[in-house]
Amino acid sequence: MRIKQVAMAAAIALTIGVAGAGTPTKAETLKWAFQGDAQSLDPYSLNETFTLGFLGNVYEGLIQRGPNLEISPGLAESWELLSPTHWRFHLRKGVKFHNGNDFNADDVVFSAERVRKDGSDMKTRLTPDTKVVKVDDYTVDFVTEQPNPIIYYEWSTWYIMDKEWSEANNATEPTSVTEGKENYAAFNTNGTGAFKITSRETDVKTIFVPNEDWWDERRHNLTEVIFTPISSDATRVAALLSGEVDMMYPVPVQDMDRINSNAGTSVLAGPELRTIFLGMDQFRDELLYSNVKGKNPFKDVRVREAFFRAIDIEAIKQKVMRNLATPSAIMVSPFLFSRSDEFERPAHDPARAKALLAEAGYPDGFEVTMDCPNNRYVNDERICQAVVSMLAKVGVKVDLLAQPKAQYFAKTLGPKYDTSFYLLGWTPGSFDSWNVLYNLIICRDETGSDGRGKFNNGGYCNARVDELTDMILSETDPTKRDAMIHEAYKIVQDEWGMIPLHQQGLAWGKADNIDLAQRADNQFMLYYVTKN
Amino acid sequence: MFAFIVRRLLQSLIVMMAVALLSFTMFRYVGDPVNQMVGIETTLAERAALRERLGLDDPAYLQFGRFLFNAAQFEFGISYQHKKDVSKLILERAPATLELSFISALFALLVGIPMGVYTGLHRESPISKFLLTISLIGISLPTFLIGILLIFIFSVNLHLLPSFGRGEVIRLGFWTTGLLTPSGLAAIIMPGITLGLFQMTLIMRLVRAEMLEVMRTDYIKFARARGLTDRAINYGHALKNTLVPVITITGLQVGSIIAFAIITETVFQWPGMGLMFLQAVQNVDIPIMAAYLMLIAFLFVTINLIVDMLYYVVDPRLRVDRATTGGH
Repeated sequence: MRIKQVAMAAAIALTIGVAGAGTPTKAETLKWAFQGDAQSLDPYSLNETFTLGFLGNVYEGLIQRGPNLEISPGLAESWELLSPTHWRFHLRKGVKFHNGNDFNADDVVFSAERVRKDGSDMKTRLTPDTKVVKVDDYTVDFVTEQPNPIIYYEWSTWYIMDKEWSEANNATEPTSVTEGKENYAAFNTNGTGAFKITSRETDVKTIFVPNEDWWDERRHNLTEVIFTPISSDATRVAALLSGEVDMMYPVPVQDMDRINSNAGTSVLAGPELRTIFLGMDQFRDELLYSNVKGKNPFKDVRVREAFFRAIDIEAIKQKVMRNLATPSAIMVSPFLFSRSDEFERPAHDPARAKALLAEAGYPDGFEVTMDCPNNRYVNDERICQAVVSMLAKVGVKVDLLAQPKAQYFAKTLGPKYDTSFYLLGWTPGSFDSWNVLYNLIICRDETGSDGRGKFNNGGYCNARVDELTDMILSETDPTKRDAMIHEAYKIVQDEWGMIPLHQQGLAWGKADNIDLAQRADNQFMLYYVTKN
Repeated sequence: MFAFIVRRLLQSLIVMMAVALLSFTMFRYVGDPVNQMVGIETTLAERAALRERLGLDDPAYLQFGRFLFNAAQFEFGISYQHKKDVSKLILERAPATLELSFISALFALLVGIPMGVYTGLHRESPISKFLLTISLIGISLPTFLIGILLIFIFSVNLHLLPSFGRGEVIRLGFWTTGLLTPSGLAAIIMPGITLGLFQMTLIMRLVRAEMLEVMRTDYIKFARARGLTDRAINYGHALKNTLVPVITITGLQVGSIIAFAIITETVFQWPGMGLMFLQAVQNVDIPIMAAYLMLIAFLFVTINLIVDMLYYVVDPRLRVDRATTGGH
């Protein structure tokens, strides 16, 4: 009896011991898939959400964005404003790059030069006239021409590179395809971030392992991460359902129920920052694609209001987006502007739309061609089809031209602006309204030499909005600044300048034993993942 | 003979030039590569500068000339999307496509021939009718649907086979192979079947028709009269004589298997040349599209050239005709 008890106790102790010893070393491999691959491992070669998010696991910026996109210190521990145009950043000490090199002010100065060189697609992160000065090994000053309260807002994706490593590998210039030669930095990484890339086969497989010397607190429990691009929607869903991947995105809207009803998998849906909207050509004296000759109906504010009122946004939300959308009153996500709840979306009113059209001199409506991408945004073509049928109900005959993004953007974007009525989506890279106003809403600069209004394809123009946008750029008082932003959006709404539709939703498919943070900018950060 | 080969080579060259010209003209309509290469905040001026540096604004004949000049030296430039040398990319991707094509051809032969023989010998049996119905499905269902169905059954429901990728691969010099690892072998089964199904049906129907034909000939009747066993007659005499056209067709089909692996590779995320080509089309990656189209054209031209020359060797009448009508 006693022997039996002792033996049992020993067995239990042994089991616990084994289990206890086993837990910390248990390998947790995360397998995940996306519809495409990062275009390059060079952090300055493409300003695109997936590539930046992918590299954000390897490289780091001076600041970080948390799960709710709040700004927190990254490679810079703190910063202060010495004068309205003079910022001082204090760098974190003791940070090492993956190859063991120390991180210091030289790397920041070097990265500031590299990010503004030809071939970089991230030039907007730092204006050309910003002076970057090393004060000491762990202090860097940024001096701007005019005050800029949001200078560091986009720096979570301005990744700091190692000067010595870049020089040693002849990668001091960003990757450029026009030079006809490959760039070391496009296939190799040396960041300071949470993960290192140990194996890279473009479009096939990328393997990450945790950086054991990471300066930040480790919130994940992964020992290895395997990334595979899977371009076919059906195959990507099947890979999740069969358990071959633990996480994948985007989930096609029509497969959400299938994933949720499957044991062990579920869809994590949430709002995204991207605003989908419709634009109308209010610039030309005669529309390029319409049966109305000699004048441009969209120059008449009543016609624009009629278009807005004709659209039943709730129907689009329910039927087309299956509730994976948040109807929007203004051109920016409510996450990104504190006073957005003061705006209300004008109601759907087809009778009023008809009356407005009649008032404007089109009692029988008119014809116009609509340009629409069919592989860019969530259900883009189907949204356009719904818009076409809604406008038909108020007498406007819309000819829909849906095309792949490669053709769509070549046609509708500048310098051609070859469109009369179009659908577009926009996420401000800085998570701030100035970016929206500057790129989409202010008067177009026809020379195209700077970025003013470059994606204002419809050519909406209002002098006061222009003035406000310039003031917003340099206003450092947040309350005053928000009041200006509010005024600008109000003008656009009152003039029916554009038709915001909705913020499209994010849908990530995951196995139930994975915990992760879904960020509204659609970046998947591996360091928030825990696997049970 | 020599003159014939020279003439054939010249014709092949003209075909290649035509393909180059055609594919080149086509690129002008797939869209603008520049917008796929830069992010949303890149200014118009920078886009224009990039377009200019890529030479996209030059007149078409100049671009075509430059392309031909480089292609002649196997220089296809740097991929816009992958930022990598295109010839290198294609070499990296070729093993996956070639292995897949080889396995699916093997599958088509190993399954198609016995099925053809059986249905040829036992025309009226229910099994034959069943097999013929199955083969009809194989021909009429689109490839991607077959692939998705297989994935649904064997990956999602039965958890037997992987739904995507190539599994573990082993590197042998420049060649990577998945045929030597268990996960690689498991991964090739479904794509191999999907890609080979059409060819299998083709071979089965070909063998069946030939068998029916051969079984009616006199020498089979004489063989029977001599009292040979069924086995000797069916396999020793009949099958042997049906194989000549099967070999010809198989040879010709290898080219199209490689070329049409595009759909199968996309469904199974098979990292071969076809998948790369399709993604290149979506992203207007002109260097990859151009190189791939030239490669496929080269493949077909070479196969046809060899076939032509073999016919020339085999069939003496060709030589006589050419000598009298061609005159040189």
